[in-house]
Amino acid sequence: MGTLKSRVAIAEQSPKERRSNFNEVCLGYNIDEARLEATRCLECKKPKCVEACPVSINIPLFIKHIKSGDIAEAAKVIDLDSSLPAVCGRVCPQEIQCEGSCVMGKKGEPVSIGKLERFVADWTIKNHLELTTKSSKRNSRVAVIGSGPAGLSCASDLAKMGYEVTVFEALHMPGGVLVYGIPEFRLPKSIVEEQINQLKRIGVRFELDVIVGKTITVDSLMEEEGYGAVFISTGAGLPRFMGIPGENLNGVVSANEFLTRINLMKAYQGDYDTPVYIGKNVVVVGGGNVAMDAARSAIRLGSNVKIVYRRSEKELPARAEEVHHAIEEGVEFCFLTNPVEILSDEKGWVNELRCVKMRLGEPDSNGRRVPEPIPNSAFSISCDMVIMALGTSPNPLIINTTKGLKSERWGGIHVVNEFGKTTRPGVFAGGDAVTGAATVILAMQAGRKAAAAIDEFLRERDSKHFNFSSAN
Amino acid sequence: MFKILRKRELAPDIYLFEVEAPRVAKTANPGQFVIVRAYDKGERIPLTIADYDKRTGSVTIVIQALGASTRVICSFEEGDSFVDFAGPLGQPSDFIHFDPDKINGKRFLFVAGGVGAAPIYPQLKYLKERGAVLDVIIGARSKELLILLDEIREKVDNLYVATNDGSFGYKGFVTCVLEELISKGNQYDQVIAIGPMVMMKSVAESTKKYSIPTIVSLNTLMIDGTGMCGACRVTVNGKIRFTCVDGPEFNAHEVDFDEAMLRLNMYRSEEQKRLVDIERKHHKCKIGRTM
Ligand SMILES: Cc1cc2nc3c(=O)[nH]c(=O)nc-3n(C[C@H](O)[C@H](O)[C@H](O)COP(=O)(O)OP(=O)(O)OC[C@H]3O[C@@H](n4cnc5c(N)ncnc54)[C@H](O)[C@@H]3O)c2cc1C
Ligand SMILES: Cc1cc2nc3c(=O)[nH]c(=O)nc-3n(C[C@H](O)[C@H](O)[C@H](O)COP(=O)(O)OP(=O)(O)OC[C@H]3O[C@@H](n4cnc5c(N)ncnc54)[C@H](O)[C@@H]3O)c2cc1C
Ligand code: SF4
Ligand code: SF4
Ligand code: FES
Repeated sequence: MGTLKSRVAIAEQSPKERRSNFNEVCLGYNIDEARLEATRCLECKKPKCVEACPVSINIPLFIKHIKSGDIAEAAKVIDLDSSLPAVCGRVCPQEIQCEGSCVMGKKGEPVSIGKLERFVADWTIKNHLELTTKSSKRNSRVAVIGSGPAGLSCASDLAKMGYEVTVFEALHMPGGVLVYGIPEFRLPKSIVEEQINQLKRIGVRFELDVIVGKTITVDSLMEEEGYGAVFISTGAGLPRFMGIPGENLNGVVSANEFLTRINLMKAYQGDYDTPVYIGKNVVVVGGGNVAMDAARSAIRLGSNVKIVYRRSEKELPARAEEVHHAIEEGVEFCFLTNPVEILSDEKGWVNELRCVKMRLGEPDSNGRRVPEPIPNSAFSISCDMVIMALGTSPNPLIINTTKGLKSERWGGIHVVNEFGKTTRPGVFAGGDAVTGAATVILAMQAGRKAAAAIDEFLRERDSKHFNFSSAN
Repeated sequence: MFKILRKRELAPDIYLFEVEAPRVAKTANPGQFVIVRAYDKGERIPLTIADYDKRTGSVTIVIQALGASTRVICSFEEGDSFVDFAGPLGQPSDFIHFDPDKINGKRFLFVAGGVGAAPIYPQLKYLKERGAVLDVIIGARSKELLILLDEIREKVDNLYVATNDGSFGYKGFVTCVLEELISKGNQYDQVIAIGPMVMMKSVAESTKKYSIPTIVSLNTLMIDGTGMCGACRVTVNGKIRFTCVDGPEFNAHEVDFDEAMLRLNMYRSEEQKRLVDIERKHHKCKIGRTM
């Protein structure tokens, strides 16, 4: 067992081919490949991989079922801890989580845990395996605000417990960042749709075009519409800008705008109405997943793309696989570089990005070395589009319109325990709205924990109510 | 789906739609807008709320056929539906936070250009009910493009009309009327201007001279309308603000109009290409029901 040092190769579209389409890059294992890769797992007694998975999926066990060819059984194992395996198998930063701790990685390559998880999840979808049975109906309604991974997983668990769940979403399509942010070539929208259809099948209602805080409020949901509890999972969608001169010039956009036009509004498909402007020479500022997604989308639309990042390659926060794919596709990286000004032609269109060179100074309180500008190092990059991918923060709308909610100074919703309990009874929160921009798996976990807490809250409320009425 | 209850042609290429949208109607306030999508491949189009009826659950919008999407919408008939109708978005007009005595007897001057006459209507209604004195200047290129004159006349103390070609009322721009009213000694506590960017810019320049507090409602590019994309950003008082969440109404004297006007043109060439595509499609297939 565990004889192969390297991973079983996985089929991918070649870089040349995929530069001109939005189809998924990685084509996934077939069953033989998956079973072969599964043989590499040593089934450790104290599996390091499980410790490093934020939701502690029983990795050796599900892989063991793959080995023996029982994929349905593998799916059941994963389902105990994750409600979005088809998504997380594709987008988790495995190299710093499960795979980063796999013992096989010490001498060779770690087991392809993410790809195996994805294989199981895709197999489940293809074979219409319904994993869950709904328990008996419970007479309480729960409102979930926002339909990203946190909201979807919370709704899923609550519906399975028998609650009547309605998800309210501001946009015209459910899925949160999974539909408006992460591009098709990394996460096919049909997969997200399938996850959402699964929820609909177990009775979750979706009400789109409802902006909580504007159309309705948390108060009106609880006081007028009879929702016993509310879960706030509104994400962290507010884009940051640098505050440098020229940022409002034409041709300068946030990554959210660029990606929303492409993913949510499908501007790259001829038969959709939303326009998208594509520069010939595009500079993307930032080094996270968002920057990689923007850069690789621009490549597919025919641009030459440079990524400008103020730290060095080692500090890039994006998933390793995305950086690797971006380089293969021809994205050029300018490390230790920071923009200071954007200049334009006489018509107000961007034509030049002024930058300075940076070096890494002393580590900050998080141990990350702080980049500082090198004096007299200014230089220019000529370009006709600049995409800002500098991170996002939570939208203050719900905080500002809900009685009794406390927020953190940086804008996140304040929670009093790890189950997402807020300062207002019956109101829970989780995902990026609480943590700031983080990951899909953490948002999913927050949703599930809150679902458990909401169940407990409603049961307690009902039993009090029951005691009270029986005492009378 | 959001059903069209009533459609009315107000002028060539300008239509009023009353739409069934009970949730929006219930919480709408003057100054706010909605984002609509006509069909499942359509754009998200921001439109100001021109009226609302909390009792019947309907919201009125007035829309001018300009480009591809607005043309498709204007081809819709009573009984058709929008796939999406989201709102109310943006901040309500500042005056809804005012004490009654800050409105009662106070003099407001509204300046509306083109379809801008529609969004001022709920504001007039609100202020009239609270005892404000209302003067209104409405402008359009020519007589047949003037809209909602009778409805507005009913709510106001003085109505002035200007057309560029002189086919009705004063010949000239709304700003000429504005300058004349002020130079004649009319005093206003507040000016509110809604219309094309250039018009709002010149109103702002006029009222700045006389130091009259002035509000404009900016019609920037938008996508989500919830603060997520930044497409709607403008510079106000030197700071980046998002029109969809911080606006759409801003202090006119602090808005960088030149930048805002440049930004409106950002997608012009893409939009024109799209319009040609859509018109070609209109001839062949069903999206474009005939107007
Ligand atoms: C481009 C991009 C790429 C990413 N890549 C990865 C990756 O590879 N791996 C990874 O793990 N993570 C990645 N992330 C991060 C990850 O997507 C987020 O951490 C995760 O989606 C957060 O989930 P959430 O449910 O908290 O919020 P979101 O997914 O942000 O969903 C929030 C939802 O709430 C809705 N909403 C907001 N306000 C309201 C309101 N007032 N009323 C009603 N609805 C509202 C929003 O429209 C949205 O649909 C990426 C993020 C982006 C932007
Ligand atoms: C807050 C807000 C409220 C609005 N209220 C109304 C309203 O009540 N009634 C109404 O008819 N329109 C209103 N608009 C403008 C309306 O949204 C645009 O006219 C529409 O998006 C144009 O779409 P289109 O695809 O048909 O035209 P496009 O093809 O996008 O554009 C056609 C032409 O119009 C110009 N244009 C595009 N967007 C705007 C804009 N926002 N303002 C001015 N010119 C533009 C383009 O440069 C182009 O020349 C509002 C806009 C905002 C932001
Ligand atoms: S959820 Fe993420 S971290 Fe956990 S096993 Fe799956 S891919 Fe690894
Ligand atoms: S650490 Fe690696 S080898 Fe060990 S159980 Fe986990 S996946 Fe298998
Ligand atoms: S329209 Fe996207 S942030 Fe305002």
